Amino acid sequence: MSTSRKPRRRFRRSLGERIAERALALVAASAIGAITLILVFVVREALPLFWDGHEGLALAAPHRYPNYDHPVYVWQPVGYPPKYGVVPLFVGTLKITGLAMAISTPLSLLAAIYVAELMRPRRRAWIKPIIELVAGVPSVVLGFIALTYIAGATQDLLGCTYRLNALVAAIALSLAVLPVIFTVAEDALHGVPLALREASLALGARRYQTVTRVVLPAALPGILAALVLGFGRAIGETMIVLMASGNAAVLDPSPTSSARTLTATIAAELGESPRGSEHWRVLFLLGMILLLITWALDAVGRIVVRRLARRLDPSTDEGA
Amino acid sequence: MNIGDRGLRLLSGLALFVVLAAILAIFGLVVVEGAGALSWRMLVEAPSSDLATGGVMPAIYGTAACTLLMTVAGVPVGVATAVYLAEYAPRRSRFATAVRAAVRILAGVPSIVFGLFGLGFFVLFVGKSIDGLFYRDAASPVFGRPALLWSSLTLAVLTLPVVIVTTEEAIRRVPRELREASYALGATQLTTIGRVVLPHARAGILTGVVLAVSRGAGEVAPILFTGVANYLPRIPTDVRDGFMHLGYHVYVLATQAPDVDRARAMVFGTVLVLLVLTFVLDAAALLLRARAHRGTRS
Repeated sequence: MSTSRKPRRRFRRSLGERIAERALALVAASAIGAITLILVFVVREALPLFWDGHEGLALAAPHRYPNYDHPVYVWQPVGYPPKYGVVPLFVGTLKITGLAMAISTPLSLLAAIYVAELMRPRRRAWIKPIIELVAGVPSVVLGFIALTYIAGATQDLLGCTYRLNALVAAIALSLAVLPVIFTVAEDALHGVPLALREASLALGARRYQTVTRVVLPAALPGILAALVLGFGRAIGETMIVLMASGNAAVLDPSPTSSARTLTATIAAELGESPRGSEHWRVLFLLGMILLLITWALDAVGRIVVRRLARRLDPSTDEGA
Repeated sequence: MNIGDRGLRLLSGLALFVVLAAILAIFGLVVVEGAGALSWRMLVEAPSSDLATGGVMPAIYGTAACTLLMTVAGVPVGVATAVYLAEYAPRRSRFATAVRAAVRILAGVPSIVFGLFGLGFFVLFVGKSIDGLFYRDAASPVFGRPALLWSSLTLAVLTLPVVIVTTEEAIRRVPRELREASYALGATQLTTIGRVVLPHARAGILTGVVLAVSRGAGEVAPILFTGVANYLPRIPTDVRDGFMHLGYHVYVLATQAPDVDRARAMVFGTVLVLLVLTFVLDAAALLLRARAHRGTRS
């Protein structure tokens, strides 16, 4: 991007001009307004949970319900009594997101290395848009693909007991996350100055040494940003997990057991819960938690990237 | 060739091959089976009540209407914000930094949370307030219920970051000399923006709009509670009505159809329509972007 500075006019401006500037600033504030309204209106439905006489909810702690021998973590909002243990939902979310990241990270980063470092520019020019197009595929289509193709294939290959499970959802989720990580990471790799590579090669380093010890470290902030972005997309994805994960809120670390995520729980249950009920408020609370998670991810990503960038930037490096 | 070099080439090449092969295989299968299922009838007829036969015309119409309303509501706000950020905001202004942070966070909010927001704010707060003020005597809620209008507005908020980021980038690419020439001819800042900057950034802005439309047309989670309907064979004529939607229709057909096997042709056809729609839009955005970049280099 050019660093051109806009010429600023210093002489008297007409009333219309000044009004226009104010009006545009006001419209620009709507982005701040939108994020504030989202927070306020999600919190507004969730928070009465903590003072409107909803004691004994046992959201995060194990709870011993009538007819149970010992305290348990259970999500069963329509049972008697309703059980709102959110721990199984967190486990499900982490399981599916973790699996999806484990699948998509190596694939997308290696593919990005190939495209950025080893491919001829002309081929790169048409292979990148193909992967970018996949980033635009609606998640409901990926969920459908998981249902029709991936579920059957994984069951045939691995003999899973349940046709729909965490692994199926994770594979489909990788399809959504992969293009995101690939595109951002490839941009980061491609953006590493050619001079660095040339210097390394001129010193007698091999191509693989140049890639692993010069290009990758230099592109690290961008690659980490890509991973954070991908993780955020994975954790917030709804339709794929809703359609492919089987949606049983079980506490089971096995990748081939069913799982229920935070997002899918909201999508599946809000329609049937009456407004203002305990269940309704808990679901909005889950939304609030999701909002805070993405917020925290954004902050962490920015801090990490900024620190790394400072460490790697030669202009601020003092011969360390 | 050195072993390390060969290893790197092999490993990364294999990864790229796996990615491309998976993409081609999966979408190839969908397109082939979808093309077999798709017929003219599917595009122009309403579905039967068990959704397994007939067509998806109301869903196509609903998607189009929803995306159009979304664009009308969201794009002017997004473009105006980008104009402010690129043309007016001082370099290190706190306000501009806050707006950019808000845009970035907005882009990361999960789509289902937009659904909660749309329900909590548009339907239950704005809609109910309008009902309370103007429709006190109505037997059932007029605005205070899920509707096409609320879904479109929710999606407008969701796609706002796409429009803002792409437009700001496009405006910043307009060469400084063009602005200077305009000022030198005596044009005011507003005239310069309206007559020089925006027309010059047209392709870039259009890229953002097309990307937003494509994103908005494919999102399902935000409209789940704000207006989409399972089965509504007639065309909605009022923004206060519910509507059918291609993405939601895929979800319903694939998971909740009374007879999933009988509905298989329908769901494949619907998936293909949705896929072609987003592919065409995204490909158009890619071409527009390439054109916008070429324009500044010459």
